[in-house]
Amino acid sequence: MENITLDVNGERHFLTVDIRMSLLDALRDSLGLTGAKAGCERGHCGCCTVLVDGRRVYSCLTLAVAVAGAGARVVTVEGLSRAGPHRLQKAFIARDAFQCGFCTPGQLCSAVAMLDEASRERPSSASGPSSEGPALTETEVRERMSGNLCRCGAYQNIVAAIMDVAP
Amino acid sequence: MKPFAYERPSSVPEAVTLVAEEPGAVYVAGGTNLLDHLKLGIAAPRLLVDVTGLPLNAVEALPDGGIRIGANVRNADLAAHPEVRRRRPVVSQALLAGASPQLRNMATVAGNLVQRTRCPYFQNPATPCNKRQPGSGCAAAASRTEHRALMGASESCVAVHPSDLAVALCAVDAVVCVQGRFGPRRIPVTALHRLPGAHPERDTVLDHADLITGVELPPLPMATRSRYRKVGDRASFSFALVSVAVVVDLEGDAVRDTRIVFGGLATKPWRARRAEAVLRGGPVTADRFAAAALTELSDARTVEANAYKVPLARDTLVATLLDACGRA
Repeated sequence: MENITLDVNGERHFLTVDIRMSLLDALRDSLGLTGAKAGCERGHCGCCTVLVDGRRVYSCLTLAVAVAGAGARVVTVEGLSRAGPHRLQKAFIARDAFQCGFCTPGQLCSAVAMLDEASRERPSSASGPSSEGPALTETEVRERMSGNLCRCGAYQNIVAAIMDVAP
Repeated sequence: MKPFAYERPSSVPEAVTLVAEEPGAVYVAGGTNLLDHLKLGIAAPRLLVDVTGLPLNAVEALPDGGIRIGANVRNADLAAHPEVRRRRPVVSQALLAGASPQLRNMATVAGNLVQRTRCPYFQNPATPCNKRQPGSGCAAAASRTEHRALMGASESCVAVHPSDLAVALCAVDAVVCVQGRFGPRRIPVTALHRLPGAHPERDTVLDHADLITGVELPPLPMATRSRYRKVGDRASFSFALVSVAVVVDLEGDAVRDTRIVFGGLATKPWRARRAEAVLRGGPVTADRFAAAALTELSDARTVEANAYKVPLARDTLVATLLDACGRA
């Protein structure tokens, strides 16, 4: 067991965790933040996506002790809506961008980071490394959101919701 | 998951010593491959030495055209680096063709190079696998699976090498910088990965405590004309059925020099020197490119399930070279 300090959604938490504990399990089981979901738990589905120092990662493949050791700040879907629903959450509701909702927290966290990446002109394989400042076309959004699967197949509305918010 | 200890050293020598002193130790950085293996029960280290606190995070574009890349640079950051995109587009393209945005945010350059095969039998602890458990046999060789290497395989292992980045790095003459117990050394990336032979459990020439500290890309002006093309079951977030990295230097309508490396076909990134020899001094034509591909693939060993990879590799190389030469 290891004593760690985890910075989540702007609050510091003092936890005693098994070294083997994933960030996902620490969030869900130790902190009661059940927004991030355990889907495949192998980094294939994206349900567990959270932001670590502003970057989207799979919390199922991240050790809690490593995040604490790096002094990194974690933001979960719960942290997106502290001042009322995030504009992406509103767009998801307006576009009915889900059926069962299980993948939605991961989709939201991923989309928040994706919009940030695009605003900083980070490339994707859809735009190609030579293009500058790619417009967020539907093709771009689909490629950039390819790390999040939706078992219900609500992609059409997920993409539409994200494009509503994209610049 | 078996219990393990966790250390977070603050210097390279400290990290190397920690691993050198514990036979059951492994380095971990992004952890995307290792955590999966821990969960699957196919890796059971006694100590994880987390190297992400080490000062190996820089990408330096050198005045001579070279680029020095720290081992801990995340795949997403390397792919987005302006000088990498301008001087070595093949490297950026290979990175962006692999995994997903989340994994690219986590995975590091060094971790990418030492990631292990996605052979389904390696990943399944219930099946024999000489790479996972030496001497247990090779379920893949017995199965006639599609997921078998066409080149570089041995009787003991037919597992395909998984990395996209390594394929691109082989095309730009990259050198891997390693810190070991007895000091630093430099290994051409084409010599980093081993053919399986009788010891498939060893993927690379690295010793137990060897730590990759960085990758150097020497000056290679012709690499501004380079491409990576990947063909998979899906357009995104899947491993290569076939991939190809090409670098081309043109002189008029002739190929002056070239680098060609195949991924998805072999037990290591496959530098196609015979194909390069066919192309050098020859014309920029689809026929010539196809002939070069088939020369390289002439001793490919296929089974029915993966025989399609020969024409797929040929056509992928032709299309990628034509694109690189501006003739697409």
